[in-house]
Amino acid sequence: MTTMTIAKAINEGLRATLANNPRSLLMGEDIGALGGVYRVTDGLIGEFGADRVVDTPLAESGIIGTAIGLSLRGFQPVCEIQFDGFVFPGFNQITTQLAKMHSRSNGNLTVPVVVRIPYGGGIGSIEHHSESPEALFAHTAGLRIITPSNPHDAYWMIQQAVECQDPVIVFEPKRRYWLKGEVDTEAPGASADPFKAHVLREGIDATVVVYGPLVPVALAAAEAAAEDGRSVEVIDLRSISPIDFDTVTDSVRKTGRLIVAHEAPTFGGIGGEIAARVSERAFHSLEAPVIRVGGFHMPYPVAKVEEDYLPDIDRILEALDRALAY
Amino acid sequence: MGATHLPATEFDGTDLDDQLEAEAEARLGAPAEPMVQLLGPDGTLGSDPVFSKYAERLDPGTLRGFYADMSKIRRFDVEATALQRQGQLALWVPLTGQEAAQIGSGRASQPQDYIFPTYREHGVALTRNVDLAELLRQFRGVSNGGWNPKDTNFHLYTLVLAAQTPHAVGYAMGIQRDQKLAAATAVGSGEAGQAAEPKAAVMVYFGDGASSEGDVHESMVFASSYRAPVVFFCQNNHWAISVPTSVQTRIPLANRAKGYGFPGIRVDGNDVIAVHAVTEWALERAREGHGPVLIEAFTYRVGAHTTADDPTKYRGSEEEGVWRAKDPLDRLEKYLRAEGLADDAFFDQVRADGDELAAYVRKTTHDLETPDIRTAFANTYVEAHPLVAEELAWFEEYSAGFADEAEADQTEADQTKVDQTDGMAR
Ligand SMILES: Cc1ncc(C[n+]2csc(CCOP(=O)(O)OP(=O)(O)O)c2C)c(N)n1
Repeated sequence: MTTMTIAKAINEGLRATLANNPRSLLMGEDIGALGGVYRVTDGLIGEFGADRVVDTPLAESGIIGTAIGLSLRGFQPVCEIQFDGFVFPGFNQITTQLAKMHSRSNGNLTVPVVVRIPYGGGIGSIEHHSESPEALFAHTAGLRIITPSNPHDAYWMIQQAVECQDPVIVFEPKRRYWLKGEVDTEAPGASADPFKAHVLREGIDATVVVYGPLVPVALAAAEAAAEDGRSVEVIDLRSISPIDFDTVTDSVRKTGRLIVAHEAPTFGGIGGEIAARVSERAFHSLEAPVIRVGGFHMPYPVAKVEEDYLPDIDRILEALDRALAY
Repeated sequence: MGATHLPATEFDGTDLDDQLEAEAEARLGAPAEPMVQLLGPDGTLGSDPVFSKYAERLDPGTLRGFYADMSKIRRFDVEATALQRQGQLALWVPLTGQEAAQIGSGRASQPQDYIFPTYREHGVALTRNVDLAELLRQFRGVSNGGWNPKDTNFHLYTLVLAAQTPHAVGYAMGIQRDQKLAAATAVGSGEAGQAAEPKAAVMVYFGDGASSEGDVHESMVFASSYRAPVVFFCQNNHWAISVPTSVQTRIPLANRAKGYGFPGIRVDGNDVIAVHAVTEWALERAREGHGPVLIEAFTYRVGAHTTADDPTKYRGSEEEGVWRAKDPLDRLEKYLRAEGLADDAFFDQVRADGDELAAYVRKTTHDLETPDIRTAFANTYVEAHPLVAEELAWFEEYSAGFADEAEADQTEADQTKVDQTDGMAR
C-alpha cells in the first residue's frame, strides 16, 4: 500500500500500461514535455519516448480519429482531452465512428481506444473548463464510461480501460486530482470489475447514489445525517455505462428511498435514467419518489457563483429530508 | 521594417530534397494547370517528364485489364441502379464517369496497403477483390458494412463525410510504429538480414465536397507532422450533391497540399494511365518513408449523386455532354485499338463478362440474407454488457410471447378445421 493522489495514481496506472503493453500509447495536447495541463502524464515521455507519448497537433477530432486508425492497426491508444468542454470537436468521431465501428463491421473490427476527459466543476475556472457531459456519451451505445473517485480505483480503472476491448471513456473528476488515498498496486481487489458499483457506506433509511467528484460530498452528507440519527447508504456508481443497476436496486429494496446526485444538469441526465430503472425494477420497495440532485438547466455558470450551482452536502440533505417526509 | 524575410529556423528544407519531389513541387507553383495527363480524350498517348516512365512499365495485358475493370464496374453500376429502381436496394450511389480515377488508383495499390474509401468507391473495391454483391449489403439494408476489411485491406464505406481521413492517418502512423517494432525485434534477435514485411502505405478517398470538412484539415496536419505513409486521394467530380466545387474551394484542391508541406498533384481523373502512374508514384514514395501526397483526380460524376437525386435541377446537360466527350472508357478503347493491343473479340468478351457479373449481382442481391436482430445485440460491444443482456432477454421473452400466440392461433385453427370436418361427417 502506498498513498498518492488521484492524478499520481492515474500517472502510475499509465506507466504500468505503457510498460506492460508495448502496443499501448498515449496521445494528446501537451502531454509530453509538459506532462499534460494537470501533469497526469508527467515524466512518461522521458521513460517511453515520443512515439509512445505523443504530443499531437491541436485537433480533437484528429486525436480521436487517428487513435481509431491506430487501433485498427492493432494499437491501443489512450487519448487525453484537455478539458471537458473541448471534447466536442471530437464528439463526431467518438459517437459516429468509435462507438459504432465494431457493430457496423458485424463484429469483425475492434477499436479499443480509451479517451480520458478531466471533467466537472469546483475549480474556479473559466467557461468550458467545468462541465459534466457524461450523459451525452452514455446515450450512445457502443461506448463504456467509467469515473474513478479515489486513487486506488484511478490506478486500476485506467489500466482496465486499456485492457477492455470496447472503447472506454474515462471521466476524471478534476477537482479530486489532488485527493490522496491508499493504493494497493499489487491487487485490484474490490475494483476487479471496473463496471461494478461499490457500496461505500451501509445504511437503512435511504440510498444516495453518486459518482466521481460528488463521492466525498455524499459521504460527508451521510456522516452529517448520521448525527441526526439517520442511516444513509452511499453507493459509488464508478461506471456510468453500463450502470450496475443490481447494486442500486438491492440497496433500494433495503432502504426504500433513493437520491441520485451528480454535477451535470438533472434534465436528461444519468439521475433520470436511474430513477426510471429503479421505478421499473423496485417500484413496490419505494417509499418515496426517487429524488434527483444536480446542476440546473443552464450553461455551467461563472465561477463566482458555481457554489450555488454545484450539489453540496446541504442539497443532498435537503433531498434526504424530502424523501424521508413521505 | 525589413523583417519579412527573417529565416524561419523551425523548417528544415532537407526533408524535401529528392528529384521527384522537386519536380512535383514545381508543378505546385502553377495555378490550376498543368494537370498530369498521359492519355488524351482522342486516345493518343502523350508524355510527361516525371510520369511517362510509370506508363512505360504497363504491359498490354495490364492495359487491357484496366479496360476490363472499368467496363465491368460501369456495367455493375447500371445493374445496381436498376436494382434500386426495382426496389431491391434502398439507395444507390453511381460511379459512372469516375471509373478511371478508381481503377487507376486502386490498381496502383498493393495487397499490403490499406484503403479507406468513402461510399462511391465501387471500382476501388473491385481492384481489392471485394465481392461486389457484399458491397450491396449496405444499400439493401441488411448490414452497415458487409465485408470483412481484414480480408482485402479495403475498409468499410463511411457515410459521415471525411470521418475516415483521420482513421487513415492513424493507421499509417500504426504502420510506422510496426516498422520500428519489427526493426527492433530483428536487431534484438539477430535477424536483421532477413526479408522484412513488404512496406505498406495507406490510401484514403474523399470528394471535393468532403474536402471542406475539418477532418480533412486535421488529417493533413497529422499526416504532415508525422510524415505518415498516407496518400490522400480526392476525386473532384465537380459536384457535392448540388453544390459546385467553387463553393468548396477558390484554388485548385491539389494546391492545398503545399500549405501542409507535402506535394499535391492534379491528375486527369478520366485518364486511367495517368491516374495509375501518379498513384503508383505517391504510394511508393509513402512506403519509402517520404510522407504524404495529395492527389486530386479531376473527373466528373456523369449521372446523379445518388438514385435520390435530380441533377437537372442544378446543372445543364451541356456540361454533362462536355464531360461525356472525355469518357475514360472510350479513350482507352481508342488507344487499345489504334495500337493493335485489343480487337473486337476482346471487347466482346469484356461485354460478356460484364453481363455475367450483372447476372451474378442480380441473383445474389435477392439472396442476401436478412440478419437476425440478435446479431446487433451481439455486436454492439465486444465484451459482455449487462444492459444489452437485459434488453436481449426481454426481447426473447417478448418474441416468445408471439410464438406462443402463433401456436395458440394454429391450435385454434386446427381445432376449427377438426370441428368443421366433424360437422361435415355428421
Ligand atoms: C458530415 C456529413 N454531412 C452531410 C452529408 C450528406 N451528404 C452526403 S454526400 C454529400 C455530398 C458529398 O460531396 P463530395 O464530397 O464532393 O463527394 P461525392 O459524393 O461528390 O463523391 C452530402 C452533403 C454527409 N453524408 N455527411
